[in-house]
Amino acid sequence: MTLATDTTRPRRMPQSLIAARNIVGFLLRSPTSAFGLFVLAVLILTAIFAPLLATHDPFLQDLQNPLQPPGDGHLFGTDELGRDIYSRLVYGSRISLMIIFLVSIVVGPIGLFVGAISGYFGGWWDTILMRVTDIFLSFPSLILSLAFVAALGPSLNNAIIAISLTAWPPIARLARAETLTFRSADYISAARLQGASSARIIWKSIVPMCLPSVLIRLTLNMATVILTAAGLGFLGLGAKPPTPEWGAMIATGRRYMIDHWWLVTFPGLAILSVSLAFNLLGDGLRDALDPKQMNKR
Amino acid sequence: MTDPILDIENLSVRYRGATEPAVRGVSFSLGRERLGIVGESGSGKSTVGRAILRLLDSAEITADRMQFEDVDLLNASERQMLKVRGRRMSMILQDPKFSLNPIQRCGDQVAEAFRTHVRASKAEARAKVIEMLNAVQIRDPERVYQLYPHEVSGGMGQRIMIAMMLLTDPDLVIADEPTSALDVTVRLQVLNILDRLVHEHGIGLIMISHDLNLVRNFCDRVIIMYAGRVVETLAASDLDNAQHPYSRGLLAAQPRIGGSRGPLPVLERDDSWMQPEVRS
Amino acid sequence: MKPIAVKDLCMSFGAVQVLHDVSFDVAAGECFGLVGESGSGKSTVLRCMSLLQGQWTGEVSIGGVRVRDMPLNDRCRMVQMVFQDPYGSLHPRHSVATVLSEPLKIHGLDRANERMAQAMIDVGLPVDFLDRFPHQLSGGQRQRVAIARALILEPDVVLLDEPTSALDVSVQAEILNLLSRLRTDKGFTYIMVSHDLSVVDHMCERFAVMQSGRIVEILPREAIPTNAARDPYARELIGASLAYERAV
Repeated sequence: MTLATDTTRPRRMPQSLIAARNIVGFLLRSPTSAFGLFVLAVLILTAIFAPLLATHDPFLQDLQNPLQPPGDGHLFGTDELGRDIYSRLVYGSRISLMIIFLVSIVVGPIGLFVGAISGYFGGWWDTILMRVTDIFLSFPSLILSLAFVAALGPSLNNAIIAISLTAWPPIARLARAETLTFRSADYISAARLQGASSARIIWKSIVPMCLPSVLIRLTLNMATVILTAAGLGFLGLGAKPPTPEWGAMIATGRRYMIDHWWLVTFPGLAILSVSLAFNLLGDGLRDALDPKQMNKR
Repeated sequence: MTDPILDIENLSVRYRGATEPAVRGVSFSLGRERLGIVGESGSGKSTVGRAILRLLDSAEITADRMQFEDVDLLNASERQMLKVRGRRMSMILQDPKFSLNPIQRCGDQVAEAFRTHVRASKAEARAKVIEMLNAVQIRDPERVYQLYPHEVSGGMGQRIMIAMMLLTDPDLVIADEPTSALDVTVRLQVLNILDRLVHEHGIGLIMISHDLNLVRNFCDRVIIMYAGRVVETLAASDLDNAQHPYSRGLLAAQPRIGGSRGPLPVLERDDSWMQPEVRS
Repeated sequence: MKPIAVKDLCMSFGAVQVLHDVSFDVAAGECFGLVGESGSGKSTVLRCMSLLQGQWTGEVSIGGVRVRDMPLNDRCRMVQMVFQDPYGSLHPRHSVATVLSEPLKIHGLDRANERMAQAMIDVGLPVDFLDRFPHQLSGGQRQRVAIARALILEPDVVLLDEPTSALDVSVQAEILNLLSRLRTDKGFTYIMVSHDLSVVDHMCERFAVMQSGRIVEILPREAIPTNAARDPYARELIGASLAYERAV
């Protein structure tokens, strides 16, 4: 048997593709997570094709037609400045998606590495990192975000930074707990015996093991992130007024809420369905990424 | 075998979601004797034990006949099974660490198990437990009664489990690898205790094990299973004269003290072993 | 082939001393057994020798060089270990190819594909198993992969921590045969921890009996069938094993 095995590298890609397909297949089998996946797909498509889907310019004011009820050229009615609510919602999906995306790529890696380092090294590292985490965890996340935004100045970017700063500690906690269960595993010992550096062990052995639960947690967190972003927008500390951010739309619509229900109802429904979708998807992922399920593949 | 305690004909078990049954066409009957079921992991030996106790919720059990004394195990309701399980039929599992509740004193657990099946006052139960702990050769039963599971050694824990299982005076005990988690030095003690009690009380014993030495020494008859089927049934004393190549292969693969140090014979598996058993 | 010398090895977990002055010598190319009850510290000896466990005092040297003085890379290419549980010793998300290529990358060894294929052939696995993941392998195949991982760095000493106790008898026979063959072919020196004296008798020339962190007696394999141990505990252990095997 003198086989050249240089074909091993390219063959690994399909393996992960198969895994991804299996996960999606699993999610689609349960109605709730399929719903989550569906809403998310709609959100992403809406964000991409916003210019095609929107019927009006979201910033165009029409002071002749303020507070029009739904129907009659405006699907969801108009707001106090005569802007089309439907178009604003459609463009608002871009902002929500951007918040979610930016927060996840900041929070996921920070939480994962803080947790993995603290769990793997233990001792002083663990004490220091976990106390810092505890400090962050001891404030309600909205209050902490408020404090950050107040310090940094209200803007959408600062809101994203503030949300990220408050959203990583639970993930770090989770990653640390996971790491502690793997730290003494024989395959970690074997890697150490092969001379692998700590960084290599964390990156190659521990991170892949923590990833599924971190992903699940991150997905479930997205609902909170959206709500916090909406909350900040509502309080006027997030997106600046003309920006069609859903929370900010509710905030301005609040004044007219009693007589003109559509101003708050549609953005509210959008927030509700997206955060619900993330929750359902997270639940579905929890089952799909369960190690017991992995073994069946 | 005048009055079989347990009579099983053509038992098949298929786990939900599995394409192949884990156990197929297993038949045996058991009198007041010690029966060994031997096989490798995945041979279905533990599944047989669990099927008898009806502990497999997620599996489909079919059989022509599954009779335990007056109970038809195939059609018994869960209520009936509750009366049978632990009272007339009990099971000893591999590792006492996992079968004892870590936050309850050992003695109380045994007493509680007893009181779920037999009406007795706490004091009576306690006396009974102490007596039983004595019977499993625990030297200071009063002290052990008060210990928590993490405070007892593996051998002691397994003896406590045996005490718990035999306290209700069952007719059938299923021991699933009762000593594989124990050290060699205490393994024999525990087996001897189990053996003596089984004899004294006239209990039918099913000993499930991967260890041929163990069943050879502590069983009357041996069933050898391979891939869910019984490949051979024979008297324990005839084990060395086993006919089936699988049984012979298993015996030969075991290194022996003082044996030759040449390469051990390796089992060459054969698809024809999936066929029904050879009776000897 | 390298001899091993362990002298006055002491180890404590906090206030509890788990190893007391453990000393033994292993000749080059020998297979040396460590037997004892669970908790007697036999696996801890291996973990200390491989420096997986660093908090110990005493001296461990291989081929005349103290393991503490060896640079990390040299030590890794000198000592490797095979673990007890084939289900826990392979990373569940690493393919066999990843398991085998990692050490090669760490040590910057050339001809990686060739070495990996050779390691697979050495342990009797088909080369196309490199693409498999642990959950696609049986227990015996996993243990073969773990052995391949140990021998791919071409060590002189292989520490075996109950390498077959989680396996079926027939698979155990295959793995023991493999280990014996590798010892002859590659000139490994083995230290084998086991609780099964028949395995020790089959594999080892000499063995040490351990009890609560101490070596109570070092015996040649010939002492087993006749139970020639002098220490009472060693006698009890050997006696129990003999009785277990022969009891009627």
